[in-house]
Amino acid sequence: MAIPISYNIRNLKLRKGLTIMTALGIALTVTTAVFLMALLAGLQKAFVSSGDPLNVLVMRKGSTAELSGGFDAALFGTLKTLPGIAADSKGEPIASGEWVVVAVLPRKDRTGEVNVSVRGLMPAGLTLRPKAKLIEGRWFTTGQREVVVGKSIHNRFSGTQVGDTLDFAKGQWKVVGVFDSGGTAYDSEIWGDLNQIAADFDRQGGLGSAYLRATDAVAADALKNRVSDDQRLKLEGHLETEYYEKQTSSGGPIKFIGIFVAIIMAVGSSFAAMNTMYAAVAYRSREIATLRVIGFSRPSILTSFVLEALLLSLLGAVVGIVLMLPFNGMSTGVGNQVTFSETVFSLQMTWSVVLTAIIFALVMGLLGGFAPAWHAARQEILAALRG
Amino acid sequence: MTLTRFVTKSAFRNKRRSILTVLSITFSLVLLTLMMTVWHSWYVDKGSTESAQRLITRHRVSLTQSLPEYYREKMRTVPGVVAVAPTQWFGGLYKDEKPENFFAQFGTDPNEIFKIATDFKIPEDQLAAWQKDQAGAVVDSELAKKFGWKIGDRIIIKGTIFPVNLELNIRGIFTAPQPTITVYFNLKYLQEAVSFFKGHAGTFNILADSPDDVPKVAAGIDALFRNSPEPTKTESEKAFQLSFINSIGNVKAFILSICMAVVFATLLVSANTMAMSIRERTREVAVLKTLGFTRQSILGLYVSEAVTVALVGGILGCLLAVGFIEAIKHAPAMGFFFLGMKVTWSTYVLAIVISGMVGLVSAIFPAYHAAKIGIVEGLRHIG
Repeated sequence: MAIPISYNIRNLKLRKGLTIMTALGIALTVTTAVFLMALLAGLQKAFVSSGDPLNVLVMRKGSTAELSGGFDAALFGTLKTLPGIAADSKGEPIASGEWVVVAVLPRKDRTGEVNVSVRGLMPAGLTLRPKAKLIEGRWFTTGQREVVVGKSIHNRFSGTQVGDTLDFAKGQWKVVGVFDSGGTAYDSEIWGDLNQIAADFDRQGGLGSAYLRATDAVAADALKNRVSDDQRLKLEGHLETEYYEKQTSSGGPIKFIGIFVAIIMAVGSSFAAMNTMYAAVAYRSREIATLRVIGFSRPSILTSFVLEALLLSLLGAVVGIVLMLPFNGMSTGVGNQVTFSETVFSLQMTWSVVLTAIIFALVMGLLGGFAPAWHAARQEILAALRG
Repeated sequence: MTLTRFVTKSAFRNKRRSILTVLSITFSLVLLTLMMTVWHSWYVDKGSTESAQRLITRHRVSLTQSLPEYYREKMRTVPGVVAVAPTQWFGGLYKDEKPENFFAQFGTDPNEIFKIATDFKIPEDQLAAWQKDQAGAVVDSELAKKFGWKIGDRIIIKGTIFPVNLELNIRGIFTAPQPTITVYFNLKYLQEAVSFFKGHAGTFNILADSPDDVPKVAAGIDALFRNSPEPTKTESEKAFQLSFINSIGNVKAFILSICMAVVFATLLVSANTMAMSIRERTREVAVLKTLGFTRQSILGLYVSEAVTVALVGGILGCLLAVGFIEAIKHAPAMGFFFLGMKVTWSTYVLAIVISGMVGLVSAIFPAYHAAKIGIVEGLRHIG
């Protein structure tokens, strides 16, 4: 017969101070783990949702980033005529030749300068990114020194209000609008007219990359292969989704440090939980013996104490998660090793993060609780009663 | 029985509990030591004296814009400049994209780079051989050991930024004070293979005649090119490296918050143990009092007991941290950020002092309560 769980709950309540302190220790570990996992989840979201499955990104063969591309602008004419490209309302193929360059902007809180991606694009570049929506002002005009800024740039850098001027490359740029692309990497970019940007960064006559909008997903795949297979072009097609998935690797160092920190803290907390449970067993040795005399079996005592440890860690997990709640959605930047500039993302406490944190805490409880519970179940009845 | 012996005896009389507490504190202190080491080497350490004499110039707009190579001769006119060499990040792939095969490749001038990297050592004949072979390269000794490279070997590096694959002959092996995971090759090779890159260089490495001259040299160089189409940004080698670390995000806040969490967690663990062990001994306190021990001395006994346990944890934590640092340095892909990291004496001392403080603070409350208890009440206590 199992010992009722209310017995464990009452026991935890009885030794309030001990329970609270142990649970807090576990909670701190859980908080740290949740923080790191939420960071990674946010990063994942920013990159993975950036790509559009219909867009094919074309770069020079061998080039792994838009920034390091560079091919003859004349090739763009050939690219545009490839089959499988969607047409706009005027019947023109939706294709955009682009340059991504890096500019340095001062942070709003004056904590230094940050590299920011600046994208020069053709008007079709806006059509093939339907996720990007204007939230203020208007889009830039072709042939003008005008830029629109992503939402994250708008929030994090000074001089990025509509009507302000930004100073980078060879002069001043007028901010005419702010766009929101739904938390994707584009929110960390500044967009302007292709030719204006290329001229300012001495990139005339070439293109860093080209985007082609396919009619459907199958056509996108075919288009990608056609570009890569064409020996004359010396170019390579990538699905935009795949390209961005690769950039999640920017989170590598955070992931590494995160796992490392979480594991070490978890080991420490497990020892602490073990301590508490051993003490709980020691205090109650006579009680346990009594339970045995009444007829509770060894396995049921083992289960009961393991359960108590799990309850304790569950309490810790809940406290830890609640402690982290105010930080949910907080945004931060990470240096993107592909674009050499900062990508802003927000902490995302997704259900999977919360669930992993709870499991993480339960594992700690189990590790800490099993040995003491085993000890409790193995006690000699007579010795314990006399104790 | 002396008082010290009494303290150590009581600290470890419940062996299992003491060991668990010590281990718990140990692991927390490992983290704390690691974080402090990282902090120290990134934000406190000024670098070697050789490094403090070096500067790096890049394009004002960003690292990805290149500079005209003729800037090099102009820079020599700035007072305090001893030597200048162009460097270009090649960013190529060796074998595959796996992080363990990652290393840095720089195109540079074989005739001047070792005059700037004064703390790098290379045999004269090897340097001369490199200078003669335009497709030659010199490699870091650690890197040569890792890949089993020998002089005369040929390595192929696939270009990603540049549309060319480098076929390099290893002509020399250099040793640096800290592993650099770097291969240097002749910039001319790259410039001749890639037409658009002719006459360009990504950055310039500069040697100033003394560390004190570094700010003056930096200002002098930037002033020289301020109004040109390609303005420059010159900073010390250390500042240049830090700008990469800062690009990971707000690292300072990150490290600080982890440290806080760790210290607080240690405090909880230690306080928990002390509360448990002191409560068990309520009757014993009463006995001590009847023997004539004052409140203060009882308080002192318990506090020193907690400090002893915490210190043991702290010392073990420091020792374990050294092992961890070595392991991280050799982790693929991460090594680059942690090159040359070492636990300094000040970090050891700080970590141990913190662990001692944690023990002290954790014991004060329970010990105070125990010391306050009345003798009769204490003797009657059933624990």
